[in-house]
Amino acid sequence: MSTVATKRGAIGVETLHMTMRFGGFTALDDCSIKITPGSFHALLGENGAGKSTLVKCMMGFYHATSGEILVDRREARITDPRAAHALGLGMVYQHFTLVPSLTVAENLVISREDAPRIIDWRAERADLQAFMDRMPFQVPLDQSVRALAAGEKQKLEILKQLYLGRRFLILDEPTSVLTPDEADEVLSHVRGLCQDGVISVLMITHKFREVTAYADQVSVLRRGKLVGGGRVAELDHTDMAALMMSDATLARPAPRSGMRGAPVLELDGITARDRTGLKDIRIDRLCVHAGEIVGVAGISGNGQMELMEILTGQRPYRSGEIRVKGAPYTARRDDAQRHNIRFLPEEPLHNACAPRMSVSDNIAFRSFDRHGGFWLSSRDMRARASDLVQQFKVKTTSIDVPISALSGGNVQRTVLARELSGEVDLLIISNPCFGLDFSAVSEIRSRIMQARNAGAAVLILSEDLDEIMELTDRVLVMSGGALTYNAATAEADIATIGYHMGGHA
Amino acid sequence: MLPIGALLAGCAVFSLFLLLQGKSPAEFFALVYRAGFGTAFSWENTLSRAAPLLLAALCVALPARLGLVVIGGEGAIVLGGVGAGFAGVLLSGEPAGVALPVMLLAAMLLGALWIGAIGALRHYRGVNETIASLLMAYIAIALMNHLVEGPLRDPASLNKPSTAPLNEALRVGTIPGWNVHWGLAFGVVACVLAWVLIDKTTWGFAARIAGGNVRAAQVQALPVGKLILSFTALGGAFAGMAGFFEVAAVHGSANASLAGGYGYTGILIAFLARHNPLAIVPVAILLAGFEASSGLVQRRMDLPDATVLVLQGFVFMAILMSETLYGRFKVFAPERWRTV
Repeated sequence: MSTVATKRGAIGVETLHMTMRFGGFTALDDCSIKITPGSFHALLGENGAGKSTLVKCMMGFYHATSGEILVDRREARITDPRAAHALGLGMVYQHFTLVPSLTVAENLVISREDAPRIIDWRAERADLQAFMDRMPFQVPLDQSVRALAAGEKQKLEILKQLYLGRRFLILDEPTSVLTPDEADEVLSHVRGLCQDGVISVLMITHKFREVTAYADQVSVLRRGKLVGGGRVAELDHTDMAALMMSDATLARPAPRSGMRGAPVLELDGITARDRTGLKDIRIDRLCVHAGEIVGVAGISGNGQMELMEILTGQRPYRSGEIRVKGAPYTARRDDAQRHNIRFLPEEPLHNACAPRMSVSDNIAFRSFDRHGGFWLSSRDMRARASDLVQQFKVKTTSIDVPISALSGGNVQRTVLARELSGEVDLLIISNPCFGLDFSAVSEIRSRIMQARNAGAAVLILSEDLDEIMELTDRVLVMSGGALTYNAATAEADIATIGYHMGGHA
Repeated sequence: MLPIGALLAGCAVFSLFLLLQGKSPAEFFALVYRAGFGTAFSWENTLSRAAPLLLAALCVALPARLGLVVIGGEGAIVLGGVGAGFAGVLLSGEPAGVALPVMLLAAMLLGALWIGAIGALRHYRGVNETIASLLMAYIAIALMNHLVEGPLRDPASLNKPSTAPLNEALRVGTIPGWNVHWGLAFGVVACVLAWVLIDKTTWGFAARIAGGNVRAAQVQALPVGKLILSFTALGGAFAGMAGFFEVAAVHGSANASLAGGYGYTGILIAFLARHNPLAIVPVAILLAGFEASSGLVQRRMDLPDATVLVLQGFVFMAILMSETLYGRFKVFAPERWRTV
């Protein structure tokens, strides 16, 4: 069996003066970064700072404009991912690359580049068992991947890389789909592997907590340049944030003010089919008052998307009642306009914009028919768009470019400009900061807080527990299609929330 | 930009096809020019053919703005023609001022119901509109054949079963000063109206949102179902109008000539025009010129008259392939290349 490379043990990787240009845009600027053998190296940076570009150059997806890469202290030419694999470099992607319908053993065998045409399962099975026994953590070989929890899948992704003989691993935000407990478990295993000298790891992350708790080295990129780094022990969160952030100052979340008012959104006894059509969504009671932010925490796939669809009228419900300000709510356009209801779905480009239409058109989605007339007033639309683009600091060359040309943060700002302008009584939000950079995140959160302070009822569905803890007044947990936990955020305990998120309650 | 490139590429491949048969592409295109656009007479011939093409292309372009690919306009043309022919027989004693509007309305209503039903199937039952419209076009043609050979047949039509010929007073004449029937004017006006609807009204804007991203339209609580029904029905009404002119201005009765392939050429035109109703006008005239030349090509170059269909086929393939190129080239989508 040739897959498990004959050479074992962690190797170091070093880039020297690496520069990557796309046309006139410099994504990576003279970046020299060294990952020593056996280290757990964190790579921090805002979105668009060049983290992905750097690892894609290492893995051979991109060819750097200039600069060199040393693998195991020897100069290497990495022309494509296959060449990177041959050198012992591997990558674990943000999203799983496993085949859900196959077992763990089958997933491992088919991942090999030299998988034989006819597989001798008995022999492979014995090899795999021997491999698993050598590993510090295991995943049951005969389990089908579909049945694994997210944390188990992430462990399997890492085991797969080890099985393929990789000695240097790039992890791209490996914990974004895990519960806090799962994240801790996976990362402590990774740290163990590094300490034992099995692999070196370069981990892309946004979470300072993970850097401090697990990594030993850190490098920080900003606008394609390496701006700092060093031993994690010598840096604290403030230092890292200062390095990551550009000169722009962070908008602090506005302080809470105002009183909780009357109920605005009420759901009673709602039941509906979930996405798969096999399970039910059951919301016994959900109530959001004016002047408060209610957060729904939970791991994705536990019914949050369906709840959002029920609220936006995209998913019919079998029974129950939705009331807005005491009156039955039908999710029709005039209803939504009369009650000043605004939605911010997750991945705004995908769910709230028409990518090929212009920024100006996209801003007009909510208001173009407000006057009730038949004719479209493009002059009003453009004037309003210019005004809002300025007010919400959307960075765009013109209001006529397609919105898909904007960066993620600016798309979100555009959607916020559309939805948060004017009077807002009810704001329903799903993962508002998913995949956005630091400054966009803090700005968006302070806008949400402002809406709350101005008396809006806000419902946030988010997978980011930190976000929920920072923003909300009350926290609920959604698990298995139902709301299983309800507490004032100030009194809520992270461990208990995590327990409910895992569906253990 | 790209559609023109695709048009040229299609012509280039077609030239190879001619060369393989030992024919001269230069001679072919010179003949097309002469037969389609060379003289006043050829212009009149071309424009007469353009009339139904304009309306058939709208039947593709309007639903396309909502993201629906409807390719069964032929069905609405055929049924519209039968409706107009039958209404014309019923109203043969009435003055033209009464009978013609009724005939036109009957044709448009049938077309609207036929294509609107495809929109309804799509929206309420999730039936793929492309397949449904194609198959329903065959049903429509079979229905027409049944009606003109059966219940609506004029016993006097021997070789070619038809409805009874329209009273001379109920025939649509030509635009004064031209030898081109009124269908052209209606077609051009329909294109302009469709453009105004899409670009200048709130209803059209809502349709563009739904076509750009139906999820965004749903989150904005726009009436997506009503939009789909109204745009498919309107497209069908235009195709039905084409059927009316084919009967009232060209054939004089409803018969199998209605299934002349205008609905299919309309697909090509709408795609070439990138579903922009104003662009449909020149593109339809160009394609009508191609079709007008088939007879001359057949006589002069000893090529079958289906040769022009081969050319259309090559151009359509090129158009479809070019769709995948949007955003691939810097020149076409510079803004996409700015970020990583």
